[in-house]
Amino acid sequence: MSAAFVREQTLPPRAAPFAATGAKAWVMQRLFATPRDIAMTVIGFAAFVLIAMPLIRFLFLDAVWRGENRDACAHVLTGACWPFVAAKFNQFIYGFYPLDQLWRPNIVFALGAVLLVPLAIPSAPLKRLNALLFFVVYPVVSFVLLTGGNLNPEHFILGYVIRLEDHVDFVWHGMRAAFWLDYAFSSLALSLAVALIGRVFGTPISTALKVMVGFFALLALLIAPTDADFGLSWVETREWGGLLVTLVVAVTGIVAALPIGILLALGRRSEMRLVRWASVAFIEFWRGVPLITVLFFATYMLPLFLPGGANIERLVRALIGVALFSGAYMAEVVRGGLAAVPKGQYESAAALGLGYWQTMLLIILPQALTNVIPGIVNNFIGLFKDTTLVQIVAILDLLGQIRSAFSDPNWASPTTLYTGFAFAGAIYFAFCFAMSRYSLFLERRAGASQLRMETNRT
Amino acid sequence: MTDVPVRRAGTRASWIFRPRVRSAIIQILLVALVALIGWYIFRTTRQNIAAQRLVTGFDFFWVESGFSISQTLIPFNENNTYARAFLVGLLNTLFVSALGVILATGIGFLVGIGRLSQNWIISRLCGAYVEVIRNLPLLFQILFWYLAVLTALPVPRQSISIFNEIFVNNRGITVPKFVFGEGGGLVFGAAAVGVLLALIVSWLARSRTIATGKLVQVWPINLALVLGLPLVCFFYFGVSISIDQPVLKGFNFVGGLRIIPEFLALLIALATYTAAFIAEIVRAGILAVPRGQTEAASALGLRRSKVLRLVVVPQALRVIVPPLTSQYLNLIKNSSLAVSIGYPDLVSVFAGTTLNNTGQAIEILGITMLVYLCISLVISLAMNIYNRRIALKER
Repeated sequence: MSAAFVREQTLPPRAAPFAATGAKAWVMQRLFATPRDIAMTVIGFAAFVLIAMPLIRFLFLDAVWRGENRDACAHVLTGACWPFVAAKFNQFIYGFYPLDQLWRPNIVFALGAVLLVPLAIPSAPLKRLNALLFFVVYPVVSFVLLTGGNLNPEHFILGYVIRLEDHVDFVWHGMRAAFWLDYAFSSLALSLAVALIGRVFGTPISTALKVMVGFFALLALLIAPTDADFGLSWVETREWGGLLVTLVVAVTGIVAALPIGILLALGRRSEMRLVRWASVAFIEFWRGVPLITVLFFATYMLPLFLPGGANIERLVRALIGVALFSGAYMAEVVRGGLAAVPKGQYESAAALGLGYWQTMLLIILPQALTNVIPGIVNNFIGLFKDTTLVQIVAILDLLGQIRSAFSDPNWASPTTLYTGFAFAGAIYFAFCFAMSRYSLFLERRAGASQLRMETNRT
Repeated sequence: MTDVPVRRAGTRASWIFRPRVRSAIIQILLVALVALIGWYIFRTTRQNIAAQRLVTGFDFFWVESGFSISQTLIPFNENNTYARAFLVGLLNTLFVSALGVILATGIGFLVGIGRLSQNWIISRLCGAYVEVIRNLPLLFQILFWYLAVLTALPVPRQSISIFNEIFVNNRGITVPKFVFGEGGGLVFGAAAVGVLLALIVSWLARSRTIATGKLVQVWPINLALVLGLPLVCFFYFGVSISIDQPVLKGFNFVGGLRIIPEFLALLIALATYTAAFIAEIVRAGILAVPRGQTEAASALGLRRSKVLRLVVVPQALRVIVPPLTSQYLNLIKNSSLAVSIGYPDLVSVFAGTTLNNTGQAIEILGITMLVYLCISLVISLAMNIYNRRIALKER
């Protein structure tokens, strides 16, 4: 090949660049570098103005701030009708929860915030206690406060065979002796049976008994508050609504998803073929279908599957569906965490003589779960957004509640609809944006510590 | 571990400690448990069905549906069976999903690349788009497009008209419809053949470029094939073509092709929502390509657009494709939100109307879930194959 062109003289030097640093250079490089850039800057700026100006006018400048009914907003065409939100505020937040009982969801909200904030701050002390309070105690307390508790369960296990209530009718603060005697005998019998089976497998009877009795004692501590009568009136879930339902569905979904997800993830990595297949099938099934069909399943099919299923409240059925659904997604997140734990950890645990559950509970899971906290938060964001779907099975969450308020003739004005969307959008955005920033912060932090570890090693 | 460790006399290791025996026992217990639960559910379901006198079986498929559907890709009326309604719903789901995937990919790549733009305003706008769209629930966005934008448009009498041909109103968008006379099928056949030939030509040109290093200009040939072939066919056979103009009659337009607002709202919301996630995937994929690649390409004298197209994107695709697949699957599953605004997709027509009419929840929901499962499995399979093809071949 021959060169087509060879330069024979040195080119004259170009003029010095106009500026390489400073504000002027920044503007030249980032906004007006080439003619194409100039065009894009102009178009981009125009787009920004076209979107932002009407929005600001709608939300603030032209908005109506005071009023009793639609008359205040009837004449305004370009501004929000904030009195509509103010008038419906209780409905948007609590649904149709009895007005004189609003202190109960308020305590639940406040308690949640008080427990969640230190849990979210990595350097806050007492993480273990905090997590226990949030994931175990808080759900029970919230359940009692929101529903009123006082469930009065009839039988535990033996009670189905021996009708104790015919002989014992002692009641203490709403807790019936018949049930608790049943509970005590049943759990003792079960513990003994398990201990005897364990004996065959070589576990000492005393150890097995200790574990089982401890388990049942803890379970009793969880059941007792829901059985006791605290003098709270019963509030049916059909009266709940608004942000309350959104948060209940999202938080229940994620708290229930954790144990389901961990078990499924362990099952998927198990060496036992059938266990692995069963986990994979379960996970892929729930991940392969849309959440709406899951909610339809929970609403229409679950009542057929369970005895007396038609008596289970709508919200509870939806919660079961959401828990199974998000459990499958959680399993994939946890699986990622398990895969990231170095093999040496398993080997060292084995070398120490730890069994499977000891290895998992003491060595592997604590590392795996800490690693995937950002993934769990992201999962929660998705679930939080997905809670809006419950309105399709006639449960009024925040968006559903706002949507149903559009049809109120008292507030029929040109901008009611847009005001409602603005309010809903602001709340959803605030929650999701805050959580996504938090997840990003955790990821950066994990990345930094990874980097630190790597630099220390070299 | 074939060697049995030395044991002291007197201790005896029970056979029960052998890992294989243990795992066998646990697996048998698991199967028994699953079978027990299955049997229990089966029994209670049968009792419940008997108690509520529900009809079971798949005979309902062949019963006249008695309802009509607002958008159908195949002809459908009240006298058609539920089976056909199922098909109509499924086709509508696939239709909106396919268009959604194409649109979302386009917008997603544009926004993702835009976020990395040198231009400050463009990168900021793209970033704002991603943050706002990603942090709002999809159902919120669908309802917003449907209630606040599309059904808030003027009534048909006061339609916004574009060149007096296209009419935009609260009943959707009405556009003129081309009606082909006899031989119309031939033209479409020619177009299909043209596209096929163009694909072959591109493939041949590509292999030639790889073999010889010479660039071959293929777009004139392809243009001729894709557009020319049907045109030639059109004039040669003298196919008649008429335009069905929409005309305002009474309260609505008659004639033309009406795109219903439910479809538009769902398509816009699905495409823009998924695009925000795709944009993040694309951005991460491009950032994963080492800087040296871009710099080396610029040093070779390639323009920025060519650097992106020839060097960066092909490498980024390896990182992009797996998460992209799951976004496509999400889009298909999310299209089931159609039921909230009444776009007649599979869930809306079959798990909604048909379920309400027949009351056969188990069969209908079972089939619906199965359909989505199959779609998911087929797409992940196809994407896995594609992924294996473009994966880095380390030699």
